Amino acid sequence: MFAAEAAETAVSWFYTHAWVIPALPAASFVLILFFGKRLPFKGAEIGITAVAAAFVLAVLTTFTWIGDVQAEIASHEEGTTTEEHGTTEGGATTEEEHGTTEEEAPATSEEEEGLASGEQAAPAAPVAEEEEGGHATRGAPILTERTWFSNGADTFRIGTLIDGQSVMLLFVVTFISLLVHVYSTDYVHGDRRYTHFFAFLSLFTAAMLYYVLSSNTLQMIMGWELVGVCSFGLIGHWWEEKANSDAALKAFFTNRVGDIGLLVGMITLYFASGKTFDVVEINSKAISGETSHTALLVASLCLMAAVMSKSGQFILHTWLPDAMAGPTPVSALIHAATMVVAGVYLIGRLYGVFWMGLSIPGSSINAMAVIGAVTTVGGGLLAFVQRDIKKVLAYSTVSQLGYMVLALGVGAYTAGMFHLFTHAFFKACLFLGAGSVSHACHHSFDMKADMGGLRKYMPKTFITFVIGSLALAGIPPLAGFWSKDEILAGAGVWPGTEGNGDYWMPFVFGMITAALTAAYMTRTVWLTFFGEYRGHAHPHESGPRITTPLIILAFMAVVVGFLNLPGPFVETLGLPAGIAHRFEEWVEPGGIASFPPIDHANPSLTLAIVASLLAAGAGFVVLRYYKALYAKDAHAAEYTDGLRSRNTLAAAGYRVLENKYYLDHLYTGIIAGATKGPIADAAYWINQNIIDGIINTVGKFSVGLGRFVYHFIDQGMVDEAVNVSGRTASGSGQFLRRIQTGQIRQYATLMFGSAALLAAVFIIAI
Amino acid sequence: MTDFLNDWGIALMVFLPLVGVAIMMVIPGQEEETHKLIALVTSLGSAVMGVLLLQNFDYDRTKDLQFLVDQRWIEVINARFTVGLDGISLPLVALTLLVTPLVIIYSWNHIPDPGNAKAFLILMLVLHTGMLGTFVAQDLVLFFVFFEVVLLPMYFMIGVWGGENRLYAAIKFFLYTLFGSAFMLVAFLALYWVTGSQTFNLQDLAAEVASRDIPLRTQVLIFGGMFLGFGIKVPMFPFHTWLPDAHTQAPTQGSVILAAVLLKLGTYGFVRIALPILPEAAVEWAPWIGLLAVIGIIYGALGCLAQTDMKRLIAFSSVAHMGYVMLGIATLTNFGINAAIFGMVAHGLITGMLFFIAGSVKERYHTLEIKRLGGLLVQAPHMGWILGFTSMASLGLPGLAGFWGEFPAILAAYNPAPGLSVSLFRTYMVIAAVGTVLAAAYLLWLLQRTAFGTPSEEFAHDDHIHDTVFTEWVAWVPMLILIVVLGFIPSLIFDVTNAPATVVGDVFEALGR
Repeated sequence: MFAAEAAETAVSWFYTHAWVIPALPAASFVLILFFGKRLPFKGAEIGITAVAAAFVLAVLTTFTWIGDVQAEIASHEEGTTTEEHGTTEGGATTEEEHGTTEEEAPATSEEEEGLASGEQAAPAAPVAEEEEGGHATRGAPILTERTWFSNGADTFRIGTLIDGQSVMLLFVVTFISLLVHVYSTDYVHGDRRYTHFFAFLSLFTAAMLYYVLSSNTLQMIMGWELVGVCSFGLIGHWWEEKANSDAALKAFFTNRVGDIGLLVGMITLYFASGKTFDVVEINSKAISGETSHTALLVASLCLMAAVMSKSGQFILHTWLPDAMAGPTPVSALIHAATMVVAGVYLIGRLYGVFWMGLSIPGSSINAMAVIGAVTTVGGGLLAFVQRDIKKVLAYSTVSQLGYMVLALGVGAYTAGMFHLFTHAFFKACLFLGAGSVSHACHHSFDMKADMGGLRKYMPKTFITFVIGSLALAGIPPLAGFWSKDEILAGAGVWPGTEGNGDYWMPFVFGMITAALTAAYMTRTVWLTFFGEYRGHAHPHESGPRITTPLIILAFMAVVVGFLNLPGPFVETLGLPAGIAHRFEEWVEPGGIASFPPIDHANPSLTLAIVASLLAAGAGFVVLRYYKALYAKDAHAAEYTDGLRSRNTLAAAGYRVLENKYYLDHLYTGIIAGATKGPIADAAYWINQNIIDGIINTVGKFSVGLGRFVYHFIDQGMVDEAVNVSGRTASGSGQFLRRIQTGQIRQYATLMFGSAALLAAVFIIAI
Repeated sequence: MTDFLNDWGIALMVFLPLVGVAIMMVIPGQEEETHKLIALVTSLGSAVMGVLLLQNFDYDRTKDLQFLVDQRWIEVINARFTVGLDGISLPLVALTLLVTPLVIIYSWNHIPDPGNAKAFLILMLVLHTGMLGTFVAQDLVLFFVFFEVVLLPMYFMIGVWGGENRLYAAIKFFLYTLFGSAFMLVAFLALYWVTGSQTFNLQDLAAEVASRDIPLRTQVLIFGGMFLGFGIKVPMFPFHTWLPDAHTQAPTQGSVILAAVLLKLGTYGFVRIALPILPEAAVEWAPWIGLLAVIGIIYGALGCLAQTDMKRLIAFSSVAHMGYVMLGIATLTNFGINAAIFGMVAHGLITGMLFFIAGSVKERYHTLEIKRLGGLLVQAPHMGWILGFTSMASLGLPGLAGFWGEFPAILAAYNPAPGLSVSLFRTYMVIAAVGTVLAAAYLLWLLQRTAFGTPSEEFAHDDHIHDTVFTEWVAWVPMLILIVVLGFIPSLIFDVTNAPATVVGDVFEALGR
């Protein structure tokens, strides 16, 4: 009790009441659902107010967190011992279990405290071990939990977990969600289900925030599935057309396939970690070696399946491009910036498990890095052949998500998280920009037929889109450059980088993607904004509710990269040393038991230059190519992409890409088709003809026997059951109404009598 | 008050509907409104008694039987009138008390052809008594009587008010269940003689079996009898074929009650009778029960995918869902049993809702053929969304009730009771997890084909098709709310079931050592 109270005074209100952040949009969902249609702005005002409030809270939480982390770092630098830090923060719930030695804290056992006080807040397990690199204990997760339900002697708790990672995503989700809300008031204006759209946006925001704040894996499963449902609902927003509902179903099914992995993986972790869903405890036990390596490996691989489906990794990525059937703001919010990173977030949340399970440190290959590497190149290639601007961006998202997974796979935790962070801004900017473009072009997304030359008509959209593209392509000094560079360095193979291992294959794939990204984005920008206008509409710049979010996001795409400047860079320029590695300090915990001891790769100037040149070069080549192509004929790309008409190998490659590696044929045509068709039909045939056939035969035989007994033997010793069936089968509906209580008694007597007889026989027999 | 409840509470709750039946008997059938009112009032009266019981229930000792009444009954065979409530029966009693009044409200303007509200509602009330009695009975003979009382009203309900093929379905339902019951009764009587205990009391029998040295083979055989009786009722693969026919042919009300409560009599029987009395035999049977359960999960889902009729599809989904319940039971752990009871309640609410919707769709479109439907969201938006919501609940979406029946059952299979093969049950776990994908497949395909899209030519201009009406709202809203509430606060049920489930689970823990 005392511990809990003490903790509450020590821990910021924003940490203990973080649950308010998802609760706001959740309340908004309910309000819009019931009252939305009657309001002047059809419910949009509720959604915007709630998300804005959530955003303010998230910002305040973020600043509180940053302040606390900075204070921790400062106190470390002043030489204050970590013990003191431990006591000021109050009763750490899990300390005893993790065997922290330095403190005889008033740490009551988890159950007692949970039952007694109901609610508590405490940082979990700050361990005072000083790492080699001299990191102080910093960024320990802060849990606020209450009892949820119990089973046997095990109590399960529900609550929030505040740490760098969750705070970072809180900010991203509320920020982008707010902009998307504002954008949508114009973009889906006049839609047949305007109110409903905003209700779902609120629900999604609530579910995503709930997921982000989850303190245990059970809550994560809940949030994970709830965002999936919102995604389903929003992809299928225009469900009148079958193509849209097909896309929605495909997204849901694919995610369900991954969910098998999620369920099995989480269950494995639950038992392997000694019956707990607690994220901090699972991580701590994994890192300390308490959990068996086999279990961790199995769990990691299962969870990777879940990540593959949610975060669009090869080979379960196929739903993501189809998901573009939903309204564009949804694509920006859900299928680019937030929901699809849930998988990446999951890896980060359980990084200890993956770290140990996949043996990330000191290795040169592992499942996660390979999946990420293949995805990043595979997605990038596919982005090249799309003519639908949203599909380009969708495959680009696949590719960038691959980057994040690759980063986490090679042990570059901060790089992965940083890329998640920067990507959210520039990709949202690009998607919303694509929406703005289509808004101007009769709601078409076809770059080849309906776009071209738009820079003259919509300068704001053009400039923001170009900024977003440059950021995505990794051109310095925009956001994407810094995060991508960190990932490439994190692979640890470039001379002087020294990461957690020698990840050659992921590194090479990452470099290829750097070039690919610049190439396809150049193509997209060219086809959309340069050359002659090829459509038949009257393009115009979008209104302020669309352009303002674009400008804000473009601004973010320029600046957020500076949050994590590499140390040497800062030194060379003579900037204050404090501004280097800010993001890393805020997001990545240091010196705690629930986070693995990561070696940070050194940034390399040569690598940065080479990668940037690669990107710029690829972009330049593509630019030259399209310029030349369209100089000859303004509609050139409509019937040819040049190369593939001349080279059979290129044509074959193009065909493979155009058919999306034939994965859709395999899933929809073969697997789903067979299950829905022949397999289900066969099962049902067996049901009707064999299993039920036996029953019917027995039934008919009994009826026949009954008739036989009645007609020929006629002794009145007829089994009542057969009697009933015999007589009713002869078609007398009246009979049913005639049975009366007397006959029930008769039936009961008979039943008991014969059963007693049978039982007697049975007893004697055995 | 407490004394009164202790002595009379359960009996009043169970038999009050029969008082209603007696009154309705003497009122002529033409006064339909009066009959509806009496039926509603008596079922609500029963519910009020139930609420009083729930209020006075001591939630700190859910593992003990409360409001226990033990009276002489049929002395010749030592059968006693023993009824009581504990944490296992409480959620199911509450479910029954909720569902029957809702079904009666729904019946207000949905009396199926050929009419005759009087007879229909009388049967409903008799059914109500039978179901409640089964859940509170603590004596094998009493249990058996109530178990069978349920059979006849449902038989008539299907046989008289059912669809085109009603006679076949009704007889199949009746005979099949009776076939199982016969074995169950044999098992009960064998138990009585084998133990030589002169009692049918459940708890006494469990103690007797534990203290006497009864050969394992005998126990396994007796368990087999119970397995047939309960397993057919559940229904478990391969004894499920009566279910799709019964559901398809039954009137909406019959389907709802059948899905919501009747199926649970079987699973309840396992938890209440078979497992505690014959634990050693249960360990022998568990791998097989688990096997049939996971076959049921996959097989039921495949059956769903092959259906062209909405109601028959929902019926098949019950086979799959009850598979999860049985898997939970087969693990013989407290977690599994908790999950099973939660799954029973959740399935009752969710599948009950689905049948309600199917009934209302049928009433509007006069068909349930999936390919003729479509665009429900256009023509009846509220109903379309309710169907969507319920489908999501049915596929086990976390945050809604269905999840807490499914996920813990899968989880429990990872670590079954000692003495059971771990690798076997982990295989079951993976198969059951695969079943969740198939569940999503058939439910969402159903949703897509019925609710999404635009209405077909046939029904596009049918003025008869209207959105949810008042009685439907009244009947559905409580169930919908409960689906959400239980989804977020699972402790509402787990806290009640945990202690008694742990008692059952501990038996197996002890046995394995």
